[in-house]
Amino acid sequence: MHPNLSFEQAPPIWVPYRFFLTAPLFGIATGLLLAWSGPEALASRWTPAALALTHLMVAGFMLQAMCGALLQFIPVAAGGNIWRPTLVAGVVHPMLAVGAALLAGGFLAGPGPWFAVGAGLIVTALSIYVVVVGIALFRAPARGATILALRVAIAALVVTYVLGFTLAQGLRGVGGIPLLEFTHVHAAWGLGGWALLLLSGVSYYVVPMFQLTPAYPAWLGRLLPWTLLTALLLWATQLTGEARAWHSWVLLAGLLAAGLFALVTLRLQAQRRRRVPDVTLTFFRIGMASLLVIVLAIALITVPPAPTFLPVREWAVPIGILTFVGLFVSVITGMLYKIVPFLNWLHLQRLGGLTVFPPNMRDMIRERAMVWQMRLHLAALAALLGAATWPPLTAIAGLLFAASCAWLEWNLLGGVRVYRTFRDRIRAVDACHAP
Amino acid sequence: MSTTEVLHHHHKHCDQLFADAEAAGVKGDWGAAVADFTRFRDELLAHFSTEEQVLFPAFEAATGMVGGPTQMMRFEHAQMRELLEQMQAAIDQRVRDPFAGAAETLLVLMQQHNMKEENILYPMCDRTLAGSVDVAAGLRERLEEKCPASA
Repeated sequence: MHPNLSFEQAPPIWVPYRFFLTAPLFGIATGLLLAWSGPEALASRWTPAALALTHLMVAGFMLQAMCGALLQFIPVAAGGNIWRPTLVAGVVHPMLAVGAALLAGGFLAGPGPWFAVGAGLIVTALSIYVVVVGIALFRAPARGATILALRVAIAALVVTYVLGFTLAQGLRGVGGIPLLEFTHVHAAWGLGGWALLLLSGVSYYVVPMFQLTPAYPAWLGRLLPWTLLTALLLWATQLTGEARAWHSWVLLAGLLAAGLFALVTLRLQAQRRRRVPDVTLTFFRIGMASLLVIVLAIALITVPPAPTFLPVREWAVPIGILTFVGLFVSVITGMLYKIVPFLNWLHLQRLGGLTVFPPNMRDMIRERAMVWQMRLHLAALAALLGAATWPPLTAIAGLLFAASCAWLEWNLLGGVRVYRTFRDRIRAVDACHAP
Repeated sequence: MSTTEVLHHHHKHCDQLFADAEAAGVKGDWGAAVADFTRFRDELLAHFSTEEQVLFPAFEAATGMVGGPTQMMRFEHAQMRELLEQMQAAIDQRVRDPFAGAAETLLVLMQQHNMKEENILYPMCDRTLAGSVDVAAGLRERLEEKCPASA
């Protein structure tokens, strides 16, 4: 009916949205579980509750948001063709969601059969996803920093889940696996490989676009993936069970590259030509500031002597909070607040053609609602960091984080309601004009 | 200088004018907003018409591709013209939120559109129209003096 031009390859709107709307639910679950578990949950990164919380964030919140975004991003930004996106999303999305929930439950209750089912579901879903997305990425006509970052990110995702599945077998008593070293390598490939490289690849595209900043320098687009990949490969040599002194230097090299990405992003945003307040920009700055603190903190505890000036029970806990909530939840939320209103507009525009014009982006999700949700998110982040040093704060911190994720969900659902209302109006107009 | 180089520069020029107009309107500084927006709109419309009247017909004639990328770009121009009218109406009525909303929507659409042109269509045009002095001269004649970046 109307020319299908502006998005010849983009998937139907529900393909990314089913992932986007599920992600915050895992955030709510994380906050509630933390409040329910109480102060002992954060005593160490190895408590059953801490492992469950971690995987609700990474295999729940982050993986949902990132898998959904990439299905939208690859066709639009890289010109890659995703094979049957509706079918792939329909299979991968529920398997990932159920898998992440079972995995977290398994960490809490002990690695029984349901734990194995959860790990199996995630591995199966991600294997399907990686094949489909990998083919699209390797056939995509685009060249440059974004596509390179995404290709290395996808490879890192494979390493992450293969190691994760191996660890799950190890926890269930399959012997001979050095669990500590496997965990270190699994976490590094997941966060420093998959998540950070995906973030960088998307940033190269959206940071200049949303804020009218100069482009990222070409050297960063080459340096970051190759440095991280080299560091991750060297880091993986400890899988034999022997971590050596030079592994610390490998870690520092990877951190230095990550810190450079944060510094360049902050500098570009300081040079932006767009001068209006923007909630996505603030979320990004919170994320990049968190990344810088993470880099400094890990460098401090890696290079001896370890600092003693902060009464932190275990450094890994605040570093984890900064990674999941400070960095990734911040940038993901900031991007969702741009992507969802724009996708709404684009799809409605396509439905209505040039005769029925949709509401603008700010009518999709109200700015005030986004700004106040961001303030709650910041309060939750502060309370979580506080709980790492002062345990009685744990329950409040958990409830604050659950509330901020619930508000995010509410804001996204508000956007979906506007989409549905207007879509129905267009259909009604079309029905009236039908012959 | 490639055939389409002036168009790259003019995109950046329009970005700057957009940023000025958006900042003035969102602040509610309507005097500045009227002047800045008028300048931005005139430049953006000049950019569209230059592409539609000079570049696209030359590309279509050289390649025989009439229903392809140029048709997509024309459709997006029409979308952006509509958003410019929404911004104009908001300025006329001095209403901040509709102005900011239309401006933000235009920004994202415009940036996506520019990236498609700069990464896909312009390189195709540079290849197919490399020998055409007329097209390059025609583009420069219409846009060069408007655009300080390419001077």
